[in-house]
Amino acid sequence: MKAIAHGSARLRVARWRLGVLLVMGVVCGVIAASPAAMAARTSASKAMHTQQIEIRNFAFAPATLTVPAGTRVVWTNQDEEPHVITSAGSLFASSKGLDTSDSYAVTFSKPGTYAYYCSIHPMMVGTIIVQ
Amino acid sequence: MQDNPDNQAGDRRQFLKCMAWAGAGTLWLMKGGVLRAQPLGDGATTASTADASFSFAQISDSHIGFHKEPNMDVVGTLRASVALVNAQAARPDFLLHTGDLTHLSKPEEFDTLAGVMQESHARKVFYVPGEHDVIGDNGAEFFRRFGERQHAGGWYSFDHRGVHFVGLINVLNLKAGGLGSLGAEQLAWLKKDLAGLSAETPLVVFAHMPLWPLYPPWGWGTDDSAEAMSLLRRFGSVSVLNGHIHQIQQQVEGNITFYTARSTAYPQPKPGVGPGPGPMKEVAPGALHRYLGIRDVRHVQGRQVLAVTEEVLS
Repeated sequence: MKAIAHGSARLRVARWRLGVLLVMGVVCGVIAASPAAMAARTSASKAMHTQQIEIRNFAFAPATLTVPAGTRVVWTNQDEEPHVITSAGSLFASSKGLDTSDSYAVTFSKPGTYAYYCSIHPMMVGTIIVQ
Repeated sequence: MQDNPDNQAGDRRQFLKCMAWAGAGTLWLMKGGVLRAQPLGDGATTASTADASFSFAQISDSHIGFHKEPNMDVVGTLRASVALVNAQAARPDFLLHTGDLTHLSKPEEFDTLAGVMQESHARKVFYVPGEHDVIGDNGAEFFRRFGERQHAGGWYSFDHRGVHFVGLINVLNLKAGGLGSLGAEQLAWLKKDLAGLSAETPLVVFAHMPLWPLYPPWGWGTDDSAEAMSLLRRFGSVSVLNGHIHQIQQQVEGNITFYTARSTAYPQPKPGVGPGPGPMKEVAPGALHRYLGIRDVRHVQGRQVLAVTEEVLS
């Protein structure tokens, strides 16, 4: 607090804005994703950026993931049961049956909201928001 | 299919003998929609068998291709289940397999399943697919090998000695956020299939996923099962046999009695116990067989009664 008090007004505003951005990230429920997503925005090669979604106990974690366009999303199945990643509305290709430890990757190049589910356990749902 | 080498025959006999000795299970007598349980092996079984006009056995959830704790040998436990059915004093007229034959719908998994099922003494095996049998091809391979080819959708019915049997498919065209699904086309067919039957006809309806909302948070139910049940309600005796949840659960609604079967591969937790469904890995070595088993159903002519026997591998 002391440092801020002695700093310039301009710096205080900048820090305040950064704080608001961080809080917004938390509020949007993308806590796990936001540091990596911010890194992606500063990265020179956006297309190479990867985000992970874990499948555990018949659920996707995070259930909602917000990423910049060009992000490669990788699902990894940690369950003993197989799962099948399927796009609601067929906006991207379905995975094959993912056995334990199997992964499936999709690169999202166009902004939009991509709802998906497990075609054999359809109560498992998730969303990827591409900005 | 591989024949057992001669030097294994002795072990096999010993195993069967052991199962006969330790084959503790439960005999279920269903009378007017109410179940009465009797332990097996107390002498009552023989008496009950004597007045049965025929029997059939249900096996379920073999998950060929699964090779993790608590069962590294799902082929062996399926084989033991088939042997247990073969060891029944009264030979079942046929078997029902209520789905999840395989773990990942792979051709070699279907091959193995078909090979083991050939060891059954039953004249016929009727199958319905589980969600594990339709991965990647909407069940094309399953239906090519095990389908009854009565209808493009895979569902079917048949009559056996006065009982009407209906095999339903509820693991295809599943909707995001939903449970198992029968669909409008299959429900329309079911209505037509049942239309000509008198209310006195005993019905046995079987499908993989539970046809009642057993535990929807884990996907244990079927979205439009209520519509199917509305078509079954006028009948005096309806038994609904399902798999999927790898444990015995029962429910009675009027004249409709619902049963789920044990798996021949691995148990799953009781509804809502723990973070989610899936194999119970913590089963103690040697205790697995207590969770696996078969179901033997005997029809008693003229009484509209089905006697259901649960038998564990042990």
